[in-house]
Amino acid sequence: MSALLVPDAERDTTPADVARAGLRTTRLRRRARTFATTLTLVVVAAAVAVTALMLGDYPLSATDVVRALVGLDDGPARIVVFDFRLPRVVLGILVGVAFGLAGALFQSVLRNTLASPDVIGVSQGASAGAVGALLLAGVTGFWVSVAAFAGGAAVGLLLYAVSWRGGMTGYRFVLSGIGVAYVCTSVVGYLLTRSDVQEAQAALLWMTGSVAQADWPLVTTLAVALAALVPLVVLVARGLDLLLLGDEQSAGLGLRPELTRAAVIALGVALACAATAAAGPVAFVALIAAPVARRLLGDGSLALVQSALVGVVLVTGADLVAQHLLPALLPVEFSVPVGVVTGAIGGPYLIWLMAAGRTCTS
Amino acid sequence: MSLLAPPRPARESVRRPRTALRGSLAVVVLLALLVLLAFASLMWGARDIAPADVWAALVSPVTGGNDHGVVRNERVPRTLIGLVAGAALGAAGALMQGVTRNPIADPGLLGLNSGASLAVIVAIAGFHVTSVDGYVWFAFLGAGVAALIVYGAASMGWEGVTPVKLALVGAAVTATATSLITVVLLMDRNTLREFRFWQVGSLANRSLDALTSVLPFVAVGLLVALAAGRVLNALALGDDVARGLGQDVTRGRLLVVLAVVLLCGSAVSLVGPIAFVGLVVPHVARAVVGPDYRWIVALSMLIGPLLLLAADVIGRLVVAGELEAGLVVAFVGAPVLLALVRGSRSVAA
Repeated sequence: MSALLVPDAERDTTPADVARAGLRTTRLRRRARTFATTLTLVVVAAAVAVTALMLGDYPLSATDVVRALVGLDDGPARIVVFDFRLPRVVLGILVGVAFGLAGALFQSVLRNTLASPDVIGVSQGASAGAVGALLLAGVTGFWVSVAAFAGGAAVGLLLYAVSWRGGMTGYRFVLSGIGVAYVCTSVVGYLLTRSDVQEAQAALLWMTGSVAQADWPLVTTLAVALAALVPLVVLVARGLDLLLLGDEQSAGLGLRPELTRAAVIALGVALACAATAAAGPVAFVALIAAPVARRLLGDGSLALVQSALVGVVLVTGADLVAQHLLPALLPVEFSVPVGVVTGAIGGPYLIWLMAAGRTCTS
Repeated sequence: MSLLAPPRPARESVRRPRTALRGSLAVVVLLALLVLLAFASLMWGARDIAPADVWAALVSPVTGGNDHGVVRNERVPRTLIGLVAGAALGAAGALMQGVTRNPIADPGLLGLNSGASLAVIVAIAGFHVTSVDGYVWFAFLGAGVAALIVYGAASMGWEGVTPVKLALVGAAVTATATSLITVVLLMDRNTLREFRFWQVGSLANRSLDALTSVLPFVAVGLLVALAAGRVLNALALGDDVARGLGQDVTRGRLLVVLAVVLLCGSAVSLVGPIAFVGLVVPHVARAVVGPDYRWIVALSMLIGPLLLLAADVIGRLVVAGELEAGLVVAFVGAPVLLALVRGSRSVAA
């Protein structure tokens, strides 16, 4: 009623209008920031990938690389790019996506910033499997990957068995996972101390995580696994968004919180297992990707896409450093595995982000 | 007690004595178990020694007596070290979980273990130290520096020290240190040969001198830990509520972290990075006495040595060549943790 009494000139600026306008600006600004962040990450990832394809014993220019990629070049550049360099780069990208997504899924569904595959036992299970295969069975290559996948998956199943009691709570899952992780670490420690030091070093190399062993069959296998898993992630993402409102609210909106949680965790385990089987437990990528992505966005959203992109940038960037920068700095001939660099770069970056950041949205 | 104080709710007045009763009872039982276990630790091993001989070795040793030598020179040091390191790890774990409000926090979370490991690597690769006793000060220094970096970095920025920032920065420091360690181990086979044995954690081959040199730090740490129960109880309600209750949150948190550094730094330098004790023990204590941190810390100090020493004794008995305590702890502790977690009715994620 009173609104009718207000002269027209003043009606334009009622508090409700001001609020609405403010909300609109905030929303626009937020959308712009999300878009800019995502675009920047894509551009950085592409730049890193192209740089990785340019560098090596047979240097190529950026145009050479692009021409070879789109099929305009039939000369040696094509062979260098496709046969030697591209598998490694693509493996890095796939591993980055898988670890980034796995970390983001675990951390949001378990509501614990520390809950990443390397904390809740999946990586340790895979390590125990792989190190067992390397040191006890004496196998290499493909079968190590199989053993790693089996180890990680076994831990995942065990955790379900232990923590499923008419439903799944994050707290039970995380704590059980840490317990299992320590058991697996002990198994690895036992094997390392009881074996020949040269073999122990080979096992340690696997546990550091590396993409140097990349070839097309390996890349194809991981790509097929991700092609099956990523669409499922897209499917559960909406449910996960609702789940973050709390069990009761999400149940009120028609969600079955326990089933959703179980599905998200299963996907996280599968992604982490696949990536670990292909490249070893590349340190820190899964733990850091989501907190970094969320801090870059700063809007409290799930940031699944951005987490995957941060994972890609981290793994490919770290491998670039490991392959071309570090060997020049080290005193002896030594091919640096990427897992060393992800920790050495990611760690200080996260510290800087924490120390310099203004908001805490992780 | 002022006459104007509002009457206490009935529930609390019923609950308080029950916690105190359960707590005191648990303390008595745990102490008795510890004494028994310590004696068992003196008796059992590669060579089993009769109780009477153990007693004789303690009160009236014969020089040249082989059994007496084993008891006094080998089993007494490792038993005492197990007791001290276990108490330190248990208390440090309870403090860490309280101060970060995170049930999966362990004493290694502040980067202490990785800092100590990196320093031990430096000792082996750089200074060619090969005795475990020689690692002690390196490990202690490394743990201290790591904690300083973690706390310093976490206290910068907008909100000061928050549990999430502590945890993340700790993980970041751990990752960085682990990377450096890995580079050295992959390039230098001799360092790996020594380091892998320190890394798994063990009570064997340590001297009493190593123990006495870190004992003052442990003592101070344990005293602070016992006094910190009230602070942790307040912090458990969240920073704002704790401030409302008149707690100086920043100072309380700093004090607790200092105690963790002293306790965990000492333990790591004595027995190697065995963080698992600090993770599982507070959960056992919580299952016994409930959420009151004054009791959780006290009981953790007793359950910690029980777990560590039991692991050491089991490790001596199960295989001929002896299994390191750090390996056995996980196999003993993990099933306990799983059983506790499965039994808990807590639904909170």
